[in-house]
Amino acid sequence: MKIEQISIFMENKSGRMAVITDVLGSGGINIRALSLADTSDFGVLRLIVDNPTKGLEILRNNSFTVSKTGVVGVIVPDRPGGLTSILSVIDKNSINIEYMYAFSERSSANSVIIFRFDDIEAAINVLKQNSITLYSNDNAS
Amino acid sequence: MIWNNTFETMPRDEMELLQLTRLQQVVARVYATVPFYRDSLAKSGATPDKIRSLDDLKRIPFTLKQDMRASYPYDLFAEPLDQIVRIHASSGTTGKPTVVGYTQRDIDNWSEMMARSFVAAGTHKGDIVHNAYGYGLFTGGLGAHYGAEKVGASVIPMSGGNTRKQLMIMQDFGSTVLTCTPSYSLFLAEVAAEEGIDFKKLKLKVGIFGAEPWSETMRQEIEEKLNIKAIDIYGLSEIMGPGVGIECIEAQNGLHLWEDHFIPEIIEPDTGEVLPLGEKGELVITTITKEGIPLLRYRTRDITRIIPEPCICGRTHLRIERLSGRSDDMLIIRGVNVFPSQIESVLFGIKGVEPHYQLIIDREGTLDTLEIQVEVNEQTFSDEIKNLQALSNHICHAIKEMLGVTCRVRLVEPKTIVRSEGKAKRVIDNRKA
Ligand SMILES: [Zn+2]
Repeated sequence: MKIEQISIFMENKSGRMAVITDVLGSGGINIRALSLADTSDFGVLRLIVDNPTKGLEILRNNSFTVSKTGVVGVIVPDRPGGLTSILSVIDKNSINIEYMYAFSERSSANSVIIFRFDDIEAAINVLKQNSITLYSNDNAS
Repeated sequence: MIWNNTFETMPRDEMELLQLTRLQQVVARVYATVPFYRDSLAKSGATPDKIRSLDDLKRIPFTLKQDMRASYPYDLFAEPLDQIVRIHASSGTTGKPTVVGYTQRDIDNWSEMMARSFVAAGTHKGDIVHNAYGYGLFTGGLGAHYGAEKVGASVIPMSGGNTRKQLMIMQDFGSTVLTCTPSYSLFLAEVAAEEGIDFKKLKLKVGIFGAEPWSETMRQEIEEKLNIKAIDIYGLSEIMGPGVGIECIEAQNGLHLWEDHFIPEIIEPDTGEVLPLGEKGELVITTITKEGIPLLRYRTRDITRIIPEPCICGRTHLRIERLSGRSDDMLIIRGVNVFPSQIESVLFGIKGVEPHYQLIIDREGTLDTLEIQVEVNEQTFSDEIKNLQALSNHICHAIKEMLGVTCRVRLVEPKTIVRSEGKAKRVIDNRKA
């Protein structure tokens, strides 16, 4: 079960992040999770929002370079070793993680980890076979 | 198609005879009427009686841009002001502009040469010429305008700017020929894409682009994005304006220079020595029919070579290779000579890279640094940092390999590099500050 992430190219200039959250906010888009990867010159801002299609359109209209990426959200149970068990499944099956980041679910104490895999379909199969609960876009909206 | 068969296909021996007669006339004329030339010709011993062959042209001293500035505004005019029907001036980036005056005959000759140029580029009566060169002191707008009218085409005097309106008119009026700077044509393409306008559905078939140096790869980009043939035109206001030379649509390889009006030479820029035919150097032009402000051996600062081989189109006028740049645009970065057009060429060769870029040159300690700013678009963007870093590294390596200079690439957000509606400002050289 893929979820759609919005990635945005961003120069490392002060105030850019605020501009992005502001245009999305005024467009009625709720940001569920946000992660920034950056270098000294530029960064890539990754967002999970309640309406990715509309979010993408708003950003494009504001002249941002954007893309839609399929990622997987995994719900991590709120108990010791919850994340370790998931990572060991991924590792055992030699699935390559490009990047990952975490956020907290609204309605429960659980955390959600977003994974970007290079082979997303294979990853989803393995996770499902191991009865790991996946997060869906429905959860996000 | 050829506009003026008699002159455009004149055999070389007749052409040279015509050039010699006209050269002798112009030297006699400026010697008699322009104090600057009387002094310089007398001092160098190149008085009118000494000009007996085309080879004697070498004896005449060069005319420099500075000489024109020093003669501001009218001191180089060879005719009294009551014979001058038009005055143009080139925008001086520093100080006063250089001023040129045209007699009625000059305007007629210019229109004739622009008509030849339009026809060489595949334009004819019935075409709708969308003229987006600036009208005003700049020679581009009016130069193209008169030539297109002479051919019998319908001219839309758009001038520059107001890009959305330009696109609307292009669609509604059915423009078939576009005249503007090459960088503006790409800006038009970009705005058209935003507006959802498809060039394949327009009647536009050819574009005549000049007033700034551009590369072969930029030509491909323009031809693809605007779905037209892109023709290179050459001119400079000191000599006349646009239409000094043009590519023929038959060959699209080198620009025919109208030799019954101009004599070209190629010199070594540092020593001033005339180079053998076919070698690359600075283009020097002598105007042999101009009345208002004739110039002898004017140093254009443009770098090119003469293509000695005859052209397939049948025109006998020799061709100059598309300009590699202006000698004053040439950048020296850590001792390496680089033209912005060469950097542009490398960038356009990389898939997905935008035609909008800027070069920032600076000095850190004693070392020159070159930063190339490139806009990231949806084709080059990736959600993974390592892919973006690979893109900058790829550009750096390509520049290093092709041009021998080390650079740093800065990826920037779209639309952050200023779009020009006239000549593009591609270079910021902070070393001069
Ligand atoms: Zn030709």
